[in-house]
Amino acid sequence: MGQQAEYEKQEKAADRRNKIRKILTYTGLGIWALIVLFPFYWMLLTSVKSYGAYNAEHIPAFFTLSPTIQNYIDAFTSVPLVGYLLNTVIFAVLTTVLMVVVSVLAAYAFARLDFRGKNLLFTAFLSLMMIPAELVVITNFVTITNLDMRNTFAGLVLPSVTSVFYIYLLKENFEQVPDELYRAAKVDGTSDLKYLLKVMIPICRPTIITVTILKIIECWNSYVWPRLITDDPAYYLVSNGIQEIRENGFGRENIPAMMAAVVVISVPLIILFLVFRKKIMEGVSRGGMKG
Amino acid sequence: MKIVLENLTKTFPGRGKKDRNDVTAVDNLSCEIPDGELIALLGPSGCGKSTTLNLLCGLEKPASGRIYFGEEDITELPPELRGVGMVFQNYALYPHMTVKQNILFPLENLKGKGRPSKEEMVNRAMETARLVQIEELMDRKPRETSGGQQQRVAIARALVKMPRVLLLDEPLSNLDARLRLQTREEIRKIQKKTGITTVFVTHDQDEAMSISDRIAVMRSGVLMQIGKPQEVYDNPASLFVAKFLGTPPINVFEGNVRGGMLYIGDEAVLSAEGVPDQEVWAGIRPEGFILKEDGPLTCQLGRVEIMGRDISIISSHKACTSQNIRSIINAETRVDTASSSVRFALKPEKVFLFRKETEERIVF
Amino acid sequence: MNTNNKKAWLYLLPAILFLVFFLVYPLIDVFIYSVEEGYNFASQTYFGTGLYNFSYVLHDPFFLQAVKNTFILVIITVPVSTGLALLISAGLSSIRPLRDLFQTIYFLPYVTNTLAVGLVFMILFQKTEYTDGLVNLMLSWFGRGPVDFIDGPYWAKMFVLCFYTIWIVMPFKILVLTSALSSVNPDYYRAARVDGTPRLRVFTKITLPMISPMIFYLVITGFIGAFKAYSDAVALFGTDLNAAGMNTIVGYVYDMLYGDSGGYPSYASAAAVILFAIVLTITCVNLLVSRKKVRI
Repeated sequence: MGQQAEYEKQEKAADRRNKIRKILTYTGLGIWALIVLFPFYWMLLTSVKSYGAYNAEHIPAFFTLSPTIQNYIDAFTSVPLVGYLLNTVIFAVLTTVLMVVVSVLAAYAFARLDFRGKNLLFTAFLSLMMIPAELVVITNFVTITNLDMRNTFAGLVLPSVTSVFYIYLLKENFEQVPDELYRAAKVDGTSDLKYLLKVMIPICRPTIITVTILKIIECWNSYVWPRLITDDPAYYLVSNGIQEIRENGFGRENIPAMMAAVVVISVPLIILFLVFRKKIMEGVSRGGMKG
Repeated sequence: MKIVLENLTKTFPGRGKKDRNDVTAVDNLSCEIPDGELIALLGPSGCGKSTTLNLLCGLEKPASGRIYFGEEDITELPPELRGVGMVFQNYALYPHMTVKQNILFPLENLKGKGRPSKEEMVNRAMETARLVQIEELMDRKPRETSGGQQQRVAIARALVKMPRVLLLDEPLSNLDARLRLQTREEIRKIQKKTGITTVFVTHDQDEAMSISDRIAVMRSGVLMQIGKPQEVYDNPASLFVAKFLGTPPINVFEGNVRGGMLYIGDEAVLSAEGVPDQEVWAGIRPEGFILKEDGPLTCQLGRVEIMGRDISIISSHKACTSQNIRSIINAETRVDTASSSVRFALKPEKVFLFRKETEERIVF
Repeated sequence: MNTNNKKAWLYLLPAILFLVFFLVYPLIDVFIYSVEEGYNFASQTYFGTGLYNFSYVLHDPFFLQAVKNTFILVIITVPVSTGLALLISAGLSSIRPLRDLFQTIYFLPYVTNTLAVGLVFMILFQKTEYTDGLVNLMLSWFGRGPVDFIDGPYWAKMFVLCFYTIWIVMPFKILVLTSALSSVNPDYYRAARVDGTPRLRVFTKITLPMISPMIFYLVITGFIGAFKAYSDAVALFGTDLNAAGMNTIVGYVYDMLYGDSGGYPSYASAAAVILFAIVLTITCVNLLVSRKKVRI
């Protein structure tokens, strides 16, 4: 019976340790969640503080009792924020559509069609994945400048279309569609293009959507290339726009208005993320890298 | 070490969205496993046999009931204090460690005065490796060994801490047919040599019958019958057990008992003295048929398969629950393959009657 | 076969055109630029070829500052973010309730605009005439004096840069590690439990070796990513990074190319080639080390 009591004591100690471990785990995770969320809270909070109230705070206040939307009105009226947003949407849509069309065609050729030199070419494609964007940006900049395409959408979009990784992702997915379907379609006299449009794309829609969303995120956040290629604010994207706002917009001191602009820029992507959460996280964990 | 299970029940919370009722995986299970025996937990998938194994090793806690090893109540003990060795279905050998490191791993976990010296650990690991005959594999990684060898490594890892009880979860299911036969003999030999009470889970009745001292047949969490393999085969307690054991499987007919006689269709085939009039299931083992020209049971002859020592007659009968009746008879018997029907007499000890509703055995 | 060949190339044509024009040709060209001395943007002429561009860049104090900044950034952020991500993912996979919520929250920085959120970090850390900022307020709770993290001492600025960089790269690492952890067969843990393995030992002897390929993958991509740091710095310190003393190698390349100090594609190319060489070397070293360490 003594042994029994001993066991019970051990059990209880283990229980206690488990509980402590759980509390520590949740505390740690909670702290990191706070660190992640706090900047978002701060930007929302600051964006609804009035200009006067914000600048009167020598000690930052963690909440405000008199929220205002004046900053949002300022953000839309005194700087061309709408223009930046519109530019970014046009840029993102054009780039993504072109990228998807080009990548789907190439992936289909690699996955389904037989031609001489296929493996060699695919290896060449894969090795292109290693090339850092920083290396090729210089010549692209010179090229676009010489073609007189600075401050045009063509100049913005064309060099941003290429994406070996998405071709690779789509090819992998296309290859999972059983061969029998292709043969069956051939027997029925379906052309390759029709097979691609009517069978392949519908079956692989989830991956295509994932690729599309990832590309849109990439476009929305792109900064370096747009900065190099546009110096006319009429063609600024949101990233360059926010930098412009920071340096010349409301005057350095109107931080609440700046934060309102930041909120406006951030919200679309956060909504997109919350809607397509599963798809985005799955796509990213398959090897997407930021930048 | 004798194992006693007393009214063991385990429930899992319901998973479905609509149906939130708890699922009972093990239902009021009681049985006793004598010291040093090899016992098979047998049943179709989802019958609760794996859960029972997890309860035994302590990975799951029962909702109610007790488990005793010998006289000691271990129901509340964590796995490491129970002194059990476990072999997992996929072996769970750590892929980044060598065979030797894998076998040493449990020993290195020991703490306090029970912890052997480094040298002793290695000695024990070598000894166990010799027992299962893998000494020459000690420096390989698991993936550099064959399936059968991995199985032995897993057994060695379970045995090295000298467990009171050895638990095996579907130990043979990942092996091909030839290896399976060989390995099950091996397991039997090792178990005999060490004398450790061993419980193993399987869905393969052949495997269970051939090597275990005792089999326990389970169905949806309920223990249907436990006993020596031959006993259970000769004396099934229910239609389920009768159907589950034996290859080829038992033939089941819809029958009728009237005035102490068993009728299949319109034919009185066997005397069933003392059984009250009722509808029954009649199970006849394949070896329970005797080919006889004036036999009472008439079946449509399908085909005859020669299997060397025996021949197998495939026939059909409208009262039979399956399309084919399979009977095995001595090869010396002549079968008139030209005839469209065939007549059988029955061996009474190979015919079992079960109640129509409860499927329980009617002893006569 | 022949028509099939042609058709396939037709499907590939757009992709090949884009890649050759914007990836392959520029790649070759950048090496050519880097050895063309005295290249003139307007007239597109140059005096001769040689290694002068490299020598110029390597003697440029701004470049050396950028290299130093980048190396410090890499050395701090890669181990810290990987270790922290490992800790967080291990915590995440040990809990059930709230796990999805935490995962969603942790991923948010991935989908935010680096420049925009950088502004928020700037105001959190900045000390102006009006206010010391929130971080300094927190420091004052612990009796520490206000520090200007944005325009102040070097290490304060470096701290903010590292902090922000880690904040940005964590989502990807947490995501990769959580999925790596969840792909470990639970039977290994069950086997370890039956053997009474202490938790720490399970983590170091089983979990870590099992996910070590993924950790090395993260370290390698982390190195590559951190060496290319740029927009986080711009977000915090503005476009004139040289003045802030916070420039990175990539920042130096762009500054050479364009902007007030720009117009020198040759110098930019030389710097880019040097960066490429550094990244390539470090990646190879990483691969060699991981080849030795990771043996599953």
